[in-house]
Amino acid sequence: MIWLTEWAAYLPQMMSGLGVSLLIAGVSIVAGYPLGLVLSVMVSARNLALRTLALAVVEIGRGAPALVILYLFYYGLPKFGIAFESITAACLALIWNSAAYSSEIMRAGIQSVGRGQLEASSALGLAQRHTFWRVVMPQGMRSAIPGLMGVAIQMFQGTSLAYAIAVPELMKSAYNIGSQDFNYLQIFTLAGLCYAVISMPATWITVFFEKRMARHA
Amino acid sequence: MDALSAVLQGLPMTIVLTLSAFAIGLVGAVPLAVGLSSSNLIIRLASRLFVDLVRGVPIIVWLFLLKFGIQIGTFKFNPVAAAIVGLGVVSIAYLAEIYRGGLQAVPRGQGEAAHALGLTRGTTFYGVMVPQAFRIVSPSIATYLTGLLKDSSIASTIIVAEMVFQSQSFARQHPTVEGILPYILVGILYIALSLPVAYLSRRLDSRMRKAVYA
Repeated sequence: MIWLTEWAAYLPQMMSGLGVSLLIAGVSIVAGYPLGLVLSVMVSARNLALRTLALAVVEIGRGAPALVILYLFYYGLPKFGIAFESITAACLALIWNSAAYSSEIMRAGIQSVGRGQLEASSALGLAQRHTFWRVVMPQGMRSAIPGLMGVAIQMFQGTSLAYAIAVPELMKSAYNIGSQDFNYLQIFTLAGLCYAVISMPATWITVFFEKRMARHA
Repeated sequence: MDALSAVLQGLPMTIVLTLSAFAIGLVGAVPLAVGLSSSNLIIRLASRLFVDLVRGVPIIVWLFLLKFGIQIGTFKFNPVAAAIVGLGVVSIAYLAEIYRGGLQAVPRGQGEAAHALGLTRGTTFYGVMVPQAFRIVSPSIATYLTGLLKDSSIASTIIVAEMVFQSQSFARQHPTVEGILPYILVGILYIALSLPVAYLSRRLDSRMRKAVYA
């Protein structure tokens, strides 16, 4: 019970950290998903240079740990005179991450659209861009929804890595409070609960969507 | 190639972390997966809560909780132990979910046939269900392993001297342009390390499909 009253005292400071976490997650999703869409189309482009570039961006974004990309932006690039504020570096790194992951999911979604759909649209005489935007995309993106929701949760959790470059997000504010009183157990438990309170329901909603989609498939 | 040798100094630790946590996960997930598919509601809900809670909290929080939060008498986790236990527990939760999916994907008829043949429940589970489930989930397990390899980099935040930690200390000693090298090299190394696992999983994938659906 003592924990609860102390938690109540810490909560305001934690909430401002949570706000920063949500902001970074939001930016990485809002900017990352459209980029991911562009990448998912580029990956199957006819132009070799475009295709290679897109593949490289996707494979690095997925293959290298988010922490490494974060460090690359925050500690690496300044050595070339390109310096970012820590929160900008965190956003850029996570945008790359979310673009790479979401592009794979969207690509799979687009590929899941049946051939018959394409053949039918060409038989109906639809222009290529109409086929893509009106036939392939609506169906492909629909089946990508659960996967994209999963990536969004992953991004939210990934914001905790921004602690490592001193972004004042949830984890950092927890650490700051903890290093005043050395009550780390309490404070990190509270931080964990803050993350869980958002991630767990989000996961349940995702699972619900997955099941509903599976029913209609 | 000072940067490369600096990064490579952390390679053994990265591999130790990944494989130890993976081993803990592979074994520990078995009872949890059984719990997740138990017919007892309380056991099922408790397992579900554990899995969702562990997965709902970022790994870095678990590592800090273990490294700084746990103190029993004079016992405290050293960084490596905290990282292995933390990554291990997270692996247990993720792999249990993968196992459960596999067990569910085994056709019902298999269990019913085993029952009709008079096999005991234990034999049905370990002799009929588990081998088939394992075939179905082995590609997912390989995918998880590559994810775990990347997640082991988070241990650098609690001062475990793995690859990312070594890159950091090299970069700190080299404020010139050279200082960006370790980050690029370590990124390439992670991708290179996950290639054999990805290759293996693709091969397993096609072979298992043949074996299951032949």
